Amino acid sequence: MSSSATDPRLAGAGPPKRPLRLSWSDERVRGIVWQVLVVGIVLFIGWWLWSNTVHNLEVRRIATGFGFLDREAGLPIGESLIPYEPTDTYLTALTVGVLNTLKVAIIGIVLATILGTVVGIARLSKNWLLSKIAGFYVEVIRDLPLLLQLLFWYTILQALPGPRQAINPIEGVFLSNRGMKLPFIEWTAAHWWALLAMVAGIGLTVLYARVMRARQYADGQPRKVWPAAIALILGLPLAVWAAFGAPFTPDIPALRGFNFRGGITVSPEFFALLIGLVTYTAGFIAEVVRAGILSVSQGQWEAAEALGMRRGEILRKIVMPQALRVIIPPLTSNYLNLTKNSSLAVAIGYQDIVSIANTTLNQTGQAIEGIAIIMLVYLTISLSISLFMNWYNSKIALVER
Amino acid sequence: MSDIAAGGVPAPAPGAASRRAPIITTGPVAWVRANLFNNWLSTAVTLLLAYLIVRWTLGFIDWAFVNAVWSVPIVNGQAQTAACREIKGVGACWAVVTEKHRFILFGTYPFDEHWRPALVCLLFVALYVVSAMRRFWSWVLVPIWIGTLTLIGVLMWGGILGLTYVPQERWGGLPITLILATFGLAFAFPLAVLVALGRRSRLPAIKMLCILYVELIRGVPLISLLFMASVMFPLFLPEGMNIDKLLRAQVAMILFAAAYLAEVVRGGLQALPKGQYEAADALGLSYWQKTGFIILPQALRLVIPPLVNTFIGFFKDTSLVLIIGIFDLLTAGKTAIVEPAWQGFGVEVYVTIGVIYLVFCFAMSKYSQDLERDLNAHRRR
Repeated sequence: MSSSATDPRLAGAGPPKRPLRLSWSDERVRGIVWQVLVVGIVLFIGWWLWSNTVHNLEVRRIATGFGFLDREAGLPIGESLIPYEPTDTYLTALTVGVLNTLKVAIIGIVLATILGTVVGIARLSKNWLLSKIAGFYVEVIRDLPLLLQLLFWYTILQALPGPRQAINPIEGVFLSNRGMKLPFIEWTAAHWWALLAMVAGIGLTVLYARVMRARQYADGQPRKVWPAAIALILGLPLAVWAAFGAPFTPDIPALRGFNFRGGITVSPEFFALLIGLVTYTAGFIAEVVRAGILSVSQGQWEAAEALGMRRGEILRKIVMPQALRVIIPPLTSNYLNLTKNSSLAVAIGYQDIVSIANTTLNQTGQAIEGIAIIMLVYLTISLSISLFMNWYNSKIALVER
Repeated sequence: MSDIAAGGVPAPAPGAASRRAPIITTGPVAWVRANLFNNWLSTAVTLLLAYLIVRWTLGFIDWAFVNAVWSVPIVNGQAQTAACREIKGVGACWAVVTEKHRFILFGTYPFDEHWRPALVCLLFVALYVVSAMRRFWSWVLVPIWIGTLTLIGVLMWGGILGLTYVPQERWGGLPITLILATFGLAFAFPLAVLVALGRRSRLPAIKMLCILYVELIRGVPLISLLFMASVMFPLFLPEGMNIDKLLRAQVAMILFAAAYLAEVVRGGLQALPKGQYEAADALGLSYWQKTGFIILPQALRLVIPPLVNTFIGFFKDTSLVLIIGIFDLLTAGKTAIVEPAWQGFGVEVYVTIGVIYLVFCFAMSKYSQDLERDLNAHRRR
């Protein structure tokens, strides 16, 4: 007994270390040789490309470095979330591009999730016609290249009549080849405060729901959250808005001369890109959602039915929480795909980061820096989405004992 | 009276109401009731959808067939598209496809030699069909692929066997799409297997290299790689050395596809039970023997369906070369409507090209579903 404690053979885990033999039959020697060889080849190729590049840049008198970012861009940008003039710097122009990419990606992700979930559930519907149509949609949309779909939508939007003959489906909404015009309100400080109140209301609702959940766990009685949720999310902003005197001036677009005045504009480029991205990605998300719901065993449905729950309630309270664990990882990669696919905007002239960086590298001739910027932006976005979704995934993952 | 009651069906009590026959549960009527008109919500959905389908189908038939123009007169080499402009919005102008179909399919390839790219397309399809048949799944495929791809090269370039030489700049249309997809996969797949093995290797330096490669490529859009191939790649090469644009794009697409395929293959390697690795080690097989005879045949079989899905995605992604100006099927279609006479008839052209893509992708996806069913036959009860 006492000898085992002092036995030198048992000190340290795993097999005893053999001395390294300088022989090809030693596995570790072979491993080291292979690694040195492969890394050496990769480094050599890298060095070769690098030296060629440096030489070529000198011969062609192409400047290097990111000094061009401070220079005047001189490139016009159609739509921007921040104030921008062609006299601003390249840095500002590229920022506008990043914001445009984020804008279409975020709106696209939200809409594609909604549409995809609806189609995925519709495909499992007991209604034969509905499930067949959903299946047809998924099959066709996934078998066509996204670029083709974008060009198709853009062609259709461009074929719309001009502003004077604009289609006017509902009062205040105009569809023409200049894009879509929507009515809006004149935005004042009161509206910002109301928006802030709404954000606060959402936060308070989450807190309230958590407290109510804790009480339910304590005494087993379910409590209604939605009356408080409505009061906090809708009531609070309305109260704030009313306290500011309830300013409300509708800003309805109207035809003046050859174009519209007022309202907000959705450009045809943005609109085509959004339709294309949303309908395409929704086809993939629908399959993910369907697979997730099917992964929950039939017994869960039957048990819930035996408890007297309705179909919608079962889906919401029993099946979805379990299905989400299967859904989240592939959903994440679909979100990443949508974001990366938004780079196809360059083909239809929506000015996202790829489009603006491409113009920049054409104007300055600094190809390496331009492409490095594009890659860096997408790597950052991809990494952020991955991190967020991994955090969410670990939150809803099954806690096993 | 008592003997009647004992003999058979008890007589209904006098005065009891006659009951209705039970609801039918088989037959078409019952099927319709269960699947289309189950409750009031289902009925409403069915009626609404049926109305929309009938309306849109009729509208589509009107547009695509009834009001459509199939050909237009040509005067002095100029197409007279007035008839098409008149019916714009009400009927399709298929005349643009009738007139331009050779250009859309084969691009600027010399007109008299169009039989060559046409034959190339047929060869590609035959190659896919042969590769899809399970009886050919052996080393036989390697000479078949090498032979067919060589023949395709000979047909496209010409210059020997009495075929006139056609420079690569004049190729276009469907053959380019098929070349990019097929050569891309033929080179990306072996690379992907190596990278997947490398990512599971015990050698830290090789593992890191493979992880870096896969994550970098998967983190950026394909367009950035294509831009890299078209504007940055020339800077990488020594002076005087030049590689043509199609080949550069092809290299970018191979690197892109390999990263995605490697992840799929890695999934197969991970799904394989550890016992298979250990048993192979116990037999004293070397690393490459173990991998080639034991691991890969099983791991690849596990991931055939996701592999085919990645193939489909890659086939669609070849259309992105449009952005760097390579003349594939989609670019040819887009160029066909640049001509003033045909401007504004994009929808008809895109629908036609969409049908071509749909045929290829649908065949692949159907094949993958059938294969999945066959391969999993032993698992079903």
